[in-house]
Amino acid sequence: MTHRSLILKLLSAAIVFGAWEIAGRIPISFAFPTFIDSMAALFAMIADGSLFAAFGETLRPLAVGVAISAFFGIVLGLWIGLSGWFDWLFSPIFVVMQAAPLAALIPLLVMVYGIGLTSKVFVVCIMAMPVIVLNTAGAVRNTPASLKEMGRAFLGNRRDIILKIVIPAASPIIFSGLRLGVSAGFIGAILAELKITPTGVGDIITYSRSVADYPSMYAAIFSIIVLAVLFLNLLERLEHTLFRGNIRGYASD
Amino acid sequence: MPQTDLAGTDEAPADAPELAVTVRGVSKNYGSVEALRNLSLDFPRGQLTALLGPSGCGKTTLLKIIAGLLEPSAGEVRVNGRPVTGPGPDRAFVFQDFALLPWATVLRNVAFGLELRGVARAEREAIAERYIAQVGLSGFEQSYPHELSGGMRQRVGLARALSVDAEVLLMDEPFSAVDEQTRRKFQEDLLGLVARENKTFIFVTHSIEEAVYVSDQVAILLPRPSRVSEIIRPQGLRTKDVANIRRDPEYLDIVDRIWNSLRSYVE
Repeated sequence: MTHRSLILKLLSAAIVFGAWEIAGRIPISFAFPTFIDSMAALFAMIADGSLFAAFGETLRPLAVGVAISAFFGIVLGLWIGLSGWFDWLFSPIFVVMQAAPLAALIPLLVMVYGIGLTSKVFVVCIMAMPVIVLNTAGAVRNTPASLKEMGRAFLGNRRDIILKIVIPAASPIIFSGLRLGVSAGFIGAILAELKITPTGVGDIITYSRSVADYPSMYAAIFSIIVLAVLFLNLLERLEHTLFRGNIRGYASD
Repeated sequence: MPQTDLAGTDEAPADAPELAVTVRGVSKNYGSVEALRNLSLDFPRGQLTALLGPSGCGKTTLLKIIAGLLEPSAGEVRVNGRPVTGPGPDRAFVFQDFALLPWATVLRNVAFGLELRGVARAEREAIAERYIAQVGLSGFEQSYPHELSGGMRQRVGLARALSVDAEVLLMDEPFSAVDEQTRRKFQEDLLGLVARENKTFIFVTHSIEEAVYVSDQVAILLPRPSRVSEIIRPQGLRTKDVANIRRDPEYLDIVDRIWNSLRSYVE
């Protein structure tokens, strides 16, 4: 079973990279390099260390922003899900944030917070937080009523019911919100580097494009996607170790 | 507190055995909807009382008021003479949909009531293991609920309720979500449990046969607004062998009588 899914994963990667290679060789555009050229550029950047330096820059606003979004997003989401009053007060803010055209708002952020780390962290948070908050709130609100009732009937206090029933019951949807939020955070981090000041991976992308070094540009984009996928897999592992019963299927079937 | 074992005895209701739970003048309104009106009912200690009635008659509402999960709009419920203000250690609940934690093993689910009471892990797991064995689930301690059949899941729910050692067991249509054969086995096991444990059982059901089969007294509730229309106490069934109850003329007569009084309320 795991063997087959591994083969399927490799096969789908081969199809995507093959299509990339063919599209690059036609070529569909002079600005679109082949897969092999892009990988060569990627290894060159790894070899001279410039990629690691770039990630060192990019990861700072990303890590700070994702950490803030995950922590405050889950706490706020819990609060909103548990209290109707809080829901009324805060939900609209995050719905608006989720729908806002962020790229258009960036100049405003720069005006207020300057071009430093703060603005970039803000961009990551605006991208990542709404989906984490809204997913958490929705999951908490939809805790099966009979489970909460069971907790009360067996004399659980409010804290126990939240920690031992509400949060574990909501955890699959909280984690799916985290996954969506983290991917949005990655997009936000690159967007900030393209729109505010070119640093890190965003700098490689901007600079390579300006000198028409398209393989390096795509190598940088590729590397950030790989990092995002690795991080999401790590998150999935974390979920599986924290809530073992959940991956074994839900008991309502 | 004197503990009178009434299983197998044969008194008339006028003898008024000691009451474990009393419901006095309870009303419950949901907004303008009147779910229960001025309902009074007694539950003798050590016996099984079934709340029977058509759907929408407020049986489950009454059970949840006794459990302390719902607050009555008027009236009072007393358990062992003490008024009910919320859930208490003297009552345990068995849920219709089992209400098991899907992410927890059978062992943790059964021990969960004790976990919420702050009993230390080793102690609560030892108690849970004993009750898991008693309901016939030995060997499934480390299974997860979704790996069990419906009947086995309800055995977990029952073991959880037994393990907190409450005097009153409240069961909300506990066998309605399991298949017919499992249900019959459950009903037989329940009779054994009532005879063995000196607990008071309050059992909500919409099955007339089930109510007559398992009960010491059957309270028939009629809907909108709910009231107790009749209390029937089967006299000779408790002394019979479980295999013969369904053929007993008294059993058949009571089932027939209840159906005649309920049929006009079933649309």
